[in-house]
Amino acid sequence: MRHLLSAADLDLASAQSILDVAEEMQQVQSRPVKKLPALRGRTVVNIFFEDSTRTRTSFEIAGKWLSADTINVSAKGSSVSKGESLRDTMLTLDAMGVDAFVIRHPSSGAAQQVAGWVKAQVINAGDGQHEHPTQALLDAYSMRHHFRSIGSDGFAGKKIAIVGDLLHSRVVRSNVLLQRTLGGEVVLVAPPTLLPTGVETWGCPVTSDFDAAIADADIVMMLRVQRERMAGGFFPTEREYAEGYGLTEARLAAMKPGAAICHPGPMNRGVEISSAAADAANSLVLDQVAGGVAVRMSVLYHLLGSDEGAM
Amino acid sequence: MTTSNGSVLITGASLADGTRTDLYVSDGVLADPASAPAGVERIDADGLLALPGLVDLHTHLRQPGREDAETVASGTAAAARGGYTCVHAMANTDPVTDTAEAAEYVQALGERDGHCQVRVVGAVTKGLGGTELAELGLMAASSAGVRVFSDDGRCVDDSLMMRRALTYVKSFDGVVAQHSQDTRLAGPGACCHESEWSGRLGLPGWPSQAESVIVARDVQLAELTGSRLHVCHVSTAESVDVVRWAKARGIQVTAEATPHHLLLDTPLVSGYDTTFKVNPPLRTSEHLEAVRAALADGTIDIVGTDHAPHARQDKDHPFDVALPGMIGLEQALAVVMEVMVNSGRMDWPTLVERMATAPARIGRVAGQGRPLAVGEPANIVLVDPSARAVVDGAASASRARNNPYHGRDLPDPVVATIWNGRVTYRR
Repeated sequence: MRHLLSAADLDLASAQSILDVAEEMQQVQSRPVKKLPALRGRTVVNIFFEDSTRTRTSFEIAGKWLSADTINVSAKGSSVSKGESLRDTMLTLDAMGVDAFVIRHPSSGAAQQVAGWVKAQVINAGDGQHEHPTQALLDAYSMRHHFRSIGSDGFAGKKIAIVGDLLHSRVVRSNVLLQRTLGGEVVLVAPPTLLPTGVETWGCPVTSDFDAAIADADIVMMLRVQRERMAGGFFPTEREYAEGYGLTEARLAAMKPGAAICHPGPMNRGVEISSAAADAANSLVLDQVAGGVAVRMSVLYHLLGSDEGAM
Repeated sequence: MTTSNGSVLITGASLADGTRTDLYVSDGVLADPASAPAGVERIDADGLLALPGLVDLHTHLRQPGREDAETVASGTAAAARGGYTCVHAMANTDPVTDTAEAAEYVQALGERDGHCQVRVVGAVTKGLGGTELAELGLMAASSAGVRVFSDDGRCVDDSLMMRRALTYVKSFDGVVAQHSQDTRLAGPGACCHESEWSGRLGLPGWPSQAESVIVARDVQLAELTGSRLHVCHVSTAESVDVVRWAKARGIQVTAEATPHHLLLDTPLVSGYDTTFKVNPPLRTSEHLEAVRAALADGTIDIVGTDHAPHARQDKDHPFDVALPGMIGLEQALAVVMEVMVNSGRMDWPTLVERMATAPARIGRVAGQGRPLAVGEPANIVLVDPSARAVVDGAASASRARNNPYHGRDLPDPVVATIWNGRVTYRR
């Protein structure tokens, strides 16, 4: 595959291959010398039009451990405010001979537009409220680890509750698409004001009853809810939100045995997730971060690791 | 572009009603063909339709201010290619057409550079700001003789301001042409019809009700004031229902459909191609069907192009940032033929009513949209009803290339356009 723009770009074999190679990459991380020569001589530009600490750092480390020349470009607000179009910005960098762009942009569709303009390969590191495919891959990676740790394998039949601001979340869209391929059963939980239009066509059950959904969830994935949504009238107060849609201590206790917690971060403790849940033994939050580097190494390797860029 | 100011005899043309006739154009008017001298220039129109020149009530010519996107010369050249003999230049230029002087300036540009008649649309409010009335009366009394007032691009969202404008324009028989958009329900970021498409694509939704709630308010204000309201670019089934209700009550409301809202649907934005970003957005098929039906039955009175040229750099942004709008003058007739006539929804006389007669009536344009009869002004478009072609956006007379029909197989009807006796386009 040439680009990774959407989780829907991945068929089952590709997705599993990325997850399997990520396992190998993670083993390398436990060695004293972490660097692999796989992408020596390749240039990867991480261009972030939106602030991000973990995703950018994760991609940067992934590129460096594969020996790629990794350059970070912080382009927040640069293009429009300087009067330069996104196309010109990207063509300028492309002309320098970049092999791949890892792009984060606040506008939905930006990565897809860029892929149509540049010669380099493009990895979508989050486009607006649309998609974040590597996040969905690292979520799947962490879930698979967890399932194996409790003696279970595969996503078939596993119930994954994704809870919170579905309307503005790129994470949920990519997870729904990837789990459609991997076989997990996603259940969507949100207040009615934070449901995307047409969510009923996504092929997942949708509910506003978190307590009902939590009872048989194997994974409870909490999405960050941004405080500015309150001003937008999506819900009245943080207190009311936490009461209805937060992973409170009571809900933590109601999770079924063997169920685990995910959160793409950054967390709003006390709003969508209680500290008790964030720090619980069955919280995969830090595993997600660790796995994130391995998954991104694997993605870079799959896209750039051969002359064909083939997978 | 203007190739002839003399006489021409058009032979064997069919009128919209099917009557075969010769048309003799002399001194800018239609004269008795029997009086044509031997040896006069002839156009063989055998197999062609002769229709009154088309009239567009909704055109963005971008001059003054954005001559890199379009000029009066280039925009009206595109109009002539599309069969138009009159366009209405919208007020959202830079500076805004909100004074008599600004209106007379655009009027003069039209007289100097136009390949068709240019009627000036005045702003409703100063600078399109929505808070103070523009000089409506002075624009009406100016040499531009403005009758259509619009803040198009923006909605006059203050109810009291809208009421005042409707009341005020009554004294000079003006009409307020509203861009109907509730800016709270569909804010500045809204760029995709709110639907499963907006949800999947993660694009801010523009619900159809953000249009119809304003239409519902405005028709009631038109009833309250007894004034004339024109609803620009009706794009939704709900707006159609409101307009139908208002007309049944006898409210003086007219409505407009664009070619793109007749043909193009929401899934076209799924590749984030900003050519397809337009305001109001492309709607889903059930809305397209409602708009088509309304245009056929007269609930929607006219086709207005909302020809909105943009420079490439204003489209090469992310979808939610790129400027909205698409061009349409050259393909408007082709689209209406394809969607309405070739499909059997509408006959040719009705097309003439929707694209020439009614727009001229709403804009109070004398000498346009008139029947092709002896003594009438010679504003004519010759149409080949069977020709087709794949649209080449690069071949446009417009300066802009945001042509949503590029690459589409469509009718290619316009053979020649004659404005006041002058051939302004000939294939």
